[in-house]
Amino acid sequence: MFRKLHDPGAQAVTITIDGNEVQAEIGESLAAVLLRQPQAWSRTTPVSGSPRAPYCLMGVCFECLTEVDGVASVQACMTPVRAGMRVVRQHGRRDFAA
Amino acid sequence: MRPDIVVIGGGTVGAAIAYGLALRSERVLLLDGGDGDFRAARANFGLVWLQGKGVGLPEYHSLTQGSVQAWQGFAAALEGQSDTALGYENNGGLAFCLGDEAFEKRRAALQRLHNQWNGGEPDWEMLDRGTLQRLLPRVTLGPEVVGASYGRLDGHANPLRLLSALHAALVRLGGQIRGNATVRAITAAGPDFRLDLGHEAITAPRIVIAAGLGSPALARQVGLDIPLRPQRGQILVTERLPAFLPLPASGLRQTADGTVMIGATNEEVGYDTSTTGDAAARLSRTALRTVPALAEAGLVRQWAGLRVMTPDSYPIYAQSESHPGAFVALCHSGVTLAAFHAESLAAAIAAGALPDSLSPFHQSRFNVSQAA
Repeated sequence: MFRKLHDPGAQAVTITIDGNEVQAEIGESLAAVLLRQPQAWSRTTPVSGSPRAPYCLMGVCFECLTEVDGVASVQACMTPVRAGMRVVRQHGRRDFAA
Repeated sequence: MRPDIVVIGGGTVGAAIAYGLALRSERVLLLDGGDGDFRAARANFGLVWLQGKGVGLPEYHSLTQGSVQAWQGFAAALEGQSDTALGYENNGGLAFCLGDEAFEKRRAALQRLHNQWNGGEPDWEMLDRGTLQRLLPRVTLGPEVVGASYGRLDGHANPLRLLSALHAALVRLGGQIRGNATVRAITAAGPDFRLDLGHEAITAPRIVIAAGLGSPALARQVGLDIPLRPQRGQILVTERLPAFLPLPASGLRQTADGTVMIGATNEEVGYDTSTTGDAAARLSRTALRTVPALAEAGLVRQWAGLRVMTPDSYPIYAQSESHPGAFVALCHSGVTLAAFHAESLAAAIAAGALPDSLSPFHQSRFNVSQAA
């Protein structure tokens, strides 16, 4: 799959995806981090349940929705990495309590 | 195929009439307009709705009640003819009341309508907050919600599926649909009507004008003066959410897919289908006063459509006196009235005469002196 071409050096940070620690670089897109993972998908669709991965990488396709720091349906491709970010892949419809 | 009858307008109204005519073994040609035309049928909110309709014209309440009561059978038959699920639910519907004054105003309006209608037991009741809460166990209502009116016969369906199903069923029944077929002129040709499509002409002994906002220019050519105006309605839709709203409400409904539709504005802005930030803010604010947790939901789309609006907001059903065989059918409740259009109205048009019960909906009601 994808790999990072350069060493982030001092910009290297650790974030978690589904509770697992993952190396990332401050300011890179969260979608890029997801695409480097062995499981590159970001969510499953509420319609068929099939997995979806970051696709357009520019904010229009909404395939890369994930939960970030407790906020559901965040577009990973539009979200720069911050140190300590907690990312959870989204399964089907997002959680919501009316 | 030489058609027995041509329906001009492939929106929900025209398609329902065409489907009903095809069910009655008429050879039907449905002429649909261009992609750039105004298409209320594709902007619809999707309510199949009775409560509150018909103030000032109780015949409209009766007409709507008949259609709503026929919807279940209509939907089942159409689903069978089209292999399309319409997502119809009729467990009742709500109109939320924010504040005591709104609650009393709603009660008074429904009571006034009921008194005018005089048609039997009311199909609605006012629910206080506690009763409403028991109907909506998964909803934390906003503090201003004092209750709601509940219409027993109300429901909702997927309006886009309805439109697509009507087209599919029409074709399956032997009808024809022509897209991008704008009628430029209607002239008499002996006993027939000649429809000029620009590159060709079609003749038929009977026509139905159901072309929405495009209708006045066509109706004028068969001696019918139809006053119409566009009224813009904007709608918002959220991302898919877990099911929490078991009943549709006026202005707020959760679809079978989980999205929440929030609507709609009533704006007199002419032929303008723009969406506005101001409308998005106002619609969101009202929705949040009702269900505050929606603040967490993402909006995925906003759109606008133009209602087909008559001066008194009620439908127009008429046959031309100067050009017998030319009918007009116009309304802004094409989903609710789809069962009526496909059944009673199509049967009357097939028989060649509208019944007296539809005389309140003749456009001649607008001819009376404005000063009277």
